[in-house]
Amino acid sequence: MSEPILKLSGVHTNIAQYHILQGVDLEVPSGGVTMLLGRNGVGKTTTLRTIMGLWRAHQGTIDFDGADITATPTPAIARRGVGFVPEDMGIFSDLSVEENMILAAADGPIDKQRLDWLFTVFPPLRTFWKNPAGNLSGGQKQMLSIARAMAQERRLYLIDEPTKGLAPAIIGTLAGALRDLKAQGATILLVEQNFAVAKALGDSCAVMDDGRIVWTGAMVELAEDAALQERLMGLSMEAA
Amino acid sequence: MSIAPEHVPKMETASLGERLAPHAPLLLVPVLMILGFLSITNTSSWLTLTVSGLAMGMMIFIMASGLTLVFGLMDVINFGHGAFVSVGAFIGVTILFALGGMTEQPSILLNLLAVLVAVTGAMAGTAIMGWAFERVIVKPVYGAHLKQILVTMGGLIIVEQLIHVVWGPDEIFLTRPETLKGAVTFAGAAIEKYRLLAVAIGLVLFLVMRWTLKSTKIGLIVRAGVENGEMVEALGYRLRLVFIAVFVAGSALAGLGGVMWGLYQEVVTAHMGQQIMILVFIVVIIGGLGSVEGCFIGALLVGLMQNYTAFLEPKLALVSNIGLMVAILMWRPQGMMPVVKAK
Repeated sequence: MSEPILKLSGVHTNIAQYHILQGVDLEVPSGGVTMLLGRNGVGKTTTLRTIMGLWRAHQGTIDFDGADITATPTPAIARRGVGFVPEDMGIFSDLSVEENMILAAADGPIDKQRLDWLFTVFPPLRTFWKNPAGNLSGGQKQMLSIARAMAQERRLYLIDEPTKGLAPAIIGTLAGALRDLKAQGATILLVEQNFAVAKALGDSCAVMDDGRIVWTGAMVELAEDAALQERLMGLSMEAA
Repeated sequence: MSIAPEHVPKMETASLGERLAPHAPLLLVPVLMILGFLSITNTSSWLTLTVSGLAMGMMIFIMASGLTLVFGLMDVINFGHGAFVSVGAFIGVTILFALGGMTEQPSILLNLLAVLVAVTGAMAGTAIMGWAFERVIVKPVYGAHLKQILVTMGGLIIVEQLIHVVWGPDEIFLTRPETLKGAVTFAGAAIEKYRLLAVAIGLVLFLVMRWTLKSTKIGLIVRAGVENGEMVEALGYRLRLVFIAVFVAGSALAGLGGVMWGLYQEVVTAHMGQQIMILVFIVVIIGGLGSVEGCFIGALLVGLMQNYTAFLEPKLALVSNIGLMVAILMWRPQGMMPVVKAK
């Protein structure tokens, strides 16, 4: 396994009076897709938001690419090369698709070749380029949200449940896009409830429970062990 | 490379009514003008009142535009905004008095130059004051609305007392520069020259602001920040800096509004900002919090309503604007052009 680009050590995060993350230890190897799995409410979204600096870790450290980013402001984390796709997609509804993409490229105009690639992967973006993003369907909004993270080359992508509530055809499109990204050598930390997608995309895997990482290993290892799935997540991926 | 499945993406086709609905508030200004015309019946009086109403609306817009963006962007309720109006007016008056030699000459060039210097000085002064106000008074109370109201109100009172210390407790009367006095006659109606200037300045400012918000990256960041500040930060933009810039710009605009309002009323007082804030808040609320276009339309409606009612039934002038606010909020509870906030 390659050197970790991201390392969380004993991370605790509180939200109001709730102690959500209770000592998360996680390593994300450089290159490939690391799946972050677990039941609802175990702290997967909180983990991504804490890495992004949107919620602060009150204990523990987060190292990204050799630097401690535990107390780094969110914009500086993004500028270090972390792309974030939140669970609610974070689309700017009043802005057009084009304006959303212009904002996504914080370092300057989007590279033409990269934009063409995004149009190939997500055709609706070209179709609705000048339309308000708020008028897009749920699937199209998710495409825009992921395309926004992919507008510039990032060192790490944090993606939170991209297939939630979407039709199978759209899920296929999104999974294809993530596979393309992976093929380009990107590092992705992906929270996903769709086990078929997780199995198809994941290289390594971490399972959370009660605000902690309770198992780490190769995705294929978890995918092939129904008893382990049952024990860790209360279900079997074979059913997916 | 993966290709999306064979499906033609479609967008819901909205009916003509649905597409026009968001722009319906644009019709309110001409509708109010027509109602005013039908009520007043005398064309020259109506024309005079309409230009006066538009001028007043433009000045209120200048004062309110910064406030609505500050609220939309950082969820900050700044009851101290009126302080910038008062301080701007006093700085402007002081400069105009100092440039008395220029304002008394019957030269439009010298007069406008004097006004420009006064406006620049007032905007610079209130911009610096806005920066200090944000650092000292607003920053410690982010996210706490009740504290914001109390603390910014306190800030307003302190600034008013400081005005008394610096400029004295009395109101200061001023006269407009020579060439801005008097009126021009158009279609039998006497229209004050200064009001025409106010309309022109307000219109230019609105267009510049609209262009900045729609066509520049900083404008995109502000618009996106009003909707979902967290996501803007996650894309790598330091929204705090943008907010400070907007706060400072809003304070400077309030200072500009103060100078214009002082010249319009031909008197400045320490409380003038506080007094005009009633109309400014009405405009911000009916426009839709965070919406510059809504603020512009709201300001014109308030200006026109104030002038028409003051002519038809003077005692109802302020009440009419409260009534206007109630009517608009019953029609659109979030204001005419609300900005969609991320949940």
